[in-house]
Amino acid sequence: MESVGIVGVGWYGFSPHVHDLSFREMMFEASQRAYYDAGGINPREQVDAFISCQEDFWEGISISDEFAPDPIGGAMRPTMTVAGDGLQGIAHGIMLINSGVADVVAVESHAKPSDILTFSKIMELAMDPTYIRRSVVNYHFIAGLDATKFMSRTGITREDLAEVVVKNRSAGLKTDRAPFSALLDKEDVLSQEVLVHPLTALDIARPVDGAIVVVLASESYARKFNDTPIWINGIGFATDNSNLELASLGEAKYVRISAQNAYSMARLESPLKVSGIFVDDRYSYKELMHLEALGIKEVADKLREGYFHRGSYLPVNPKGGHLAKGFPLEASGLSLLVDAVEFLREGGESAIVASWRGIPTFTGGVVVVRR
Amino acid sequence: MRVNLKYRKVAAIGAGMTPFRRRFLETPQELAWEASRKALEEANLELKDIDCVVIGSAPDAFDGVHMKGEYLAHGSGGTGRPVSRVFVGGATGVMTAISAWYHVASGMCKKVLAVAEEKMSPGRPHPQAVFRYIWDPITEKPLNPNLIWIFAMEMHRYMHVNNVSKEEIALVSVKNKRNASVNPYAQLGGEITVDDVLRSEVLVWPVQLLDVSPVSDGAAAMVMVDGDVARRYTDTPVWIEGVGWTLDNTTWPNRELAYPRYLENAARMAYKMAGVERPQKEVDVVEPYDPFDYKELHHLEGLLLARKGEAPALLKEGFFDKDGDIPSSPSGGLLGVGNPIAAAGLMKVISIYWQLKGTADKMQVKRPVHTGVAQAWGDLMQASTVIVMRN
Repeated sequence: MESVGIVGVGWYGFSPHVHDLSFREMMFEASQRAYYDAGGINPREQVDAFISCQEDFWEGISISDEFAPDPIGGAMRPTMTVAGDGLQGIAHGIMLINSGVADVVAVESHAKPSDILTFSKIMELAMDPTYIRRSVVNYHFIAGLDATKFMSRTGITREDLAEVVVKNRSAGLKTDRAPFSALLDKEDVLSQEVLVHPLTALDIARPVDGAIVVVLASESYARKFNDTPIWINGIGFATDNSNLELASLGEAKYVRISAQNAYSMARLESPLKVSGIFVDDRYSYKELMHLEALGIKEVADKLREGYFHRGSYLPVNPKGGHLAKGFPLEASGLSLLVDAVEFLREGGESAIVASWRGIPTFTGGVVVVRR
Repeated sequence: MRVNLKYRKVAAIGAGMTPFRRRFLETPQELAWEASRKALEEANLELKDIDCVVIGSAPDAFDGVHMKGEYLAHGSGGTGRPVSRVFVGGATGVMTAISAWYHVASGMCKKVLAVAEEKMSPGRPHPQAVFRYIWDPITEKPLNPNLIWIFAMEMHRYMHVNNVSKEEIALVSVKNKRNASVNPYAQLGGEITVDDVLRSEVLVWPVQLLDVSPVSDGAAAMVMVDGDVARRYTDTPVWIEGVGWTLDNTTWPNRELAYPRYLENAARMAYKMAGVERPQKEVDVVEPYDPFDYKELHHLEGLLLARKGEAPALLKEGFFDKDGDIPSSPSGGLLGVGNPIAAAGLMKVISIYWQLKGTADKMQVKRPVHTGVAQAWGDLMQASTVIVMRN
């Protein structure tokens, strides 16, 4: 497969409550910024296909893709929806380019959780209706089970999780996309009341409103829009067993499979050879679990040695991750990708982005990007 | 849109379906599993051979499951491999096949399983309730419109602009239900007359009960593989030669409803890719999306198989009959086979696949066929997906 360039990114929001714009207006703002970033392109003429990543129940609209085309310039053009994380949309964009259907693709994703009055009830509807829905009263409970098994297998402690929280929330102070960033110390985290063992409220990222648009272009087109495209060399996405009772708790099998595919496509021998890693940290333990699934050994030791801190040999979530930025539902993967693009534009050579769709799913995606 | 024709060749080598029925006891996962198993059997493949799974399903609220793609992954063989769900409302079924095509054509995967499932009957008191939430939440939802109202507007507009009578439109229902009477998967096949349609209950004038496809549950699945792989598994692959899709803008009240311009756009994209220059001469068999009888005529015009407003006259002459020049909906279409939304779209693709493979049994059209077209439609009367296949 040929590499695909990211020639423009645009985002809007990253606030716990964007009250003055509708989701469509947020999409419009993000797309305008992305098209401007791509050299001021006209989407009506220069973008060949459009992909929107969203889910009906988050939107409160049946057939939510109806509202996808207008705000991003996709009306009367090949526009479609991928009901998944933004990184899955990126994978579909890459496939459209590599199959010859398009040279330039816009991938959009957005979230407006502040419009959702019954967040936990919607999470409940994502559980298998026959076996799980009535059994799990609080969806964080599943994360608690997952974390406990992961920690008992790897020897990772509560202090390690607190270190992740401190690291990421302070890293978020370096960007203007991180409303939950703060200077904390480990004691601040450890002294909190446990919400679901072993997690406190500070270990859990909060939902956030946001819209993101990424413009992709084929190798031959990328330089027409942008002098410094960020190249996607490899991508993978996978699902572990989607039934909770059959999935592998305590390990991120979905990221492991995704990473294998992405690395082989990018000819990347080791995750230690990149300049930065942007990984889903919706719960503090998930950052470490996802790093392990990316192929990094002795994660706890490396964390304790300061291996993953900002400015170190291998910074992990140097823009704060979801703990600092919040997670914009289906746009979560794209938010990590935007962080990576910014990191590479600031001088980083290469990066890995790993995303997860969140409880109760076992789906993830991995992207390898280079400057 | 660009169609650079640099892609790999892709073939369909297997397909499977559940019957389409109302109120199946099986869960959505079980329906998806049954269709997937049959498709793999026909392709002579096992699940472990499959690289990627593409899932298609329309509004999540039908099955009552949030993140339905993840939920359906289990029954669709999506465990431990790349799986994603694509979605363009009612046009999803054909989009699922299109997505499976580009999974292979891009070189990302060699063997892909495309699965579409829908279970409409759990919607209470009627699946129409789900459609109460498809409207603009600010300007339209407060009016509480019903889906049939807007299709009544479109049907009325089509009849008015083209001077078409109800009798001419009813012929579609008569033809499709007759075709479906020999389809073993069909829910509502049978011999009816134009009078039966005209005497059926009026839902929203001019839409009557027999103008509309039934509420259904069902699943359909298809295996698509790289061209090199196809020859190892079958002597009769069916090639995917062209794909096209378009979404019009969301504001349907501003649009000319008498003609589906988004479909013409999608069809032109697919025809360009497949090298079809004169659709009416080159297409041998077609499965246009027919949730309402007038939609088949509407779509035959959008697919450029009839001039604007001329589809009813051609239908009357027998042009679209099973033994006509371009047999249309030889499977019986949604009116006869049933309408589990996304699965119905993939059923259309599978029907063309079986026609081109020559295994359509009693549904097989009389004339030899070489090029077939399947199409689906959805959203706020704004989305169309088209696929062109050859044997």
